[in-house]
Amino acid sequence: MNTNLKRRVFLKGSVAASTLGVAAAAGLITPSAVLAAWPAKAFESKKVPDAMTAIFGDATSEASEKVKITAPPIAENGSTVSITIESEVPNTDTMAILAEANGTPLVATFMPGDGTKAYARTRIKLGKSGDVIAVAKADGKLYSNRAGVKVTIGGCGG
Amino acid sequence: MASIKLKAKAKKDIVSVKCLINHPMETGLRKVKETGKLVPAHYITEVVAKSGDKTLLTSNWSGGVSANPYLEFHYAGAKGDEVTLSWVDNQGGSDTKTAKVR
Repeated sequence: MNTNLKRRVFLKGSVAASTLGVAAAAGLITPSAVLAAWPAKAFESKKVPDAMTAIFGDATSEASEKVKITAPPIAENGSTVSITIESEVPNTDTMAILAEANGTPLVATFMPGDGTKAYARTRIKLGKSGDVIAVAKADGKLYSNRAGVKVTIGGCGG
Repeated sequence: MASIKLKAKAKKDIVSVKCLINHPMETGLRKVKETGKLVPAHYITEVVAKSGDKTLLTSNWSGGVSANPYLEFHYAGAKGDEVTLSWVDNQGGSDTKTAKVR
């Protein structure tokens, strides 16, 4: 199961990289068709459970200290909030960052390959104060942890 | 286009890869103040990092990632590896950059 998934991820990555150039040159496939692998439904979901179901197939997760999320308690500027997520659960194959207060909560998903740490650090936008949730999937089970961030200036729109 | 800044550094057996991408990351919800028109959505949807044939990290993003995104991840590797990072956005744009692990 695990190897299969990684193979899929690898294939997806290489196909996306190689077909893009060819397809664009031939004019056969529109870019949106090439990008069909991108889980649009999950990213367009307006609620955390919907987004989780769309990406993981399940909305229930076990709260776990093994999933670590580092976020500033107060963000002066919601348009760049530094978030670090890390999973100590063995065999973590997918991680996601969800911002509960955002219009579309799912911000990003990370699929580490073989030998890559279940760790990612990035900067996200937060529309208003709320919890940021880190979810990790390992052996088909979901684990999550959350951190509250208070935003003093919003990051979505003016 | 040179939109990617990529640095990879080895410490013992762990390579930390840090990258900065120049990209507006428009959600499609922001309005131009003067005209009241919506700025069309323009954001990176997929980021893939590889070393040779091996995929290190695949990441799907939405407009919720900040403009000029920063990404850091760690993998088990060594000095001299080549790390390639590429991204694709929702308007069909893309870029790739390769860096040697120092």
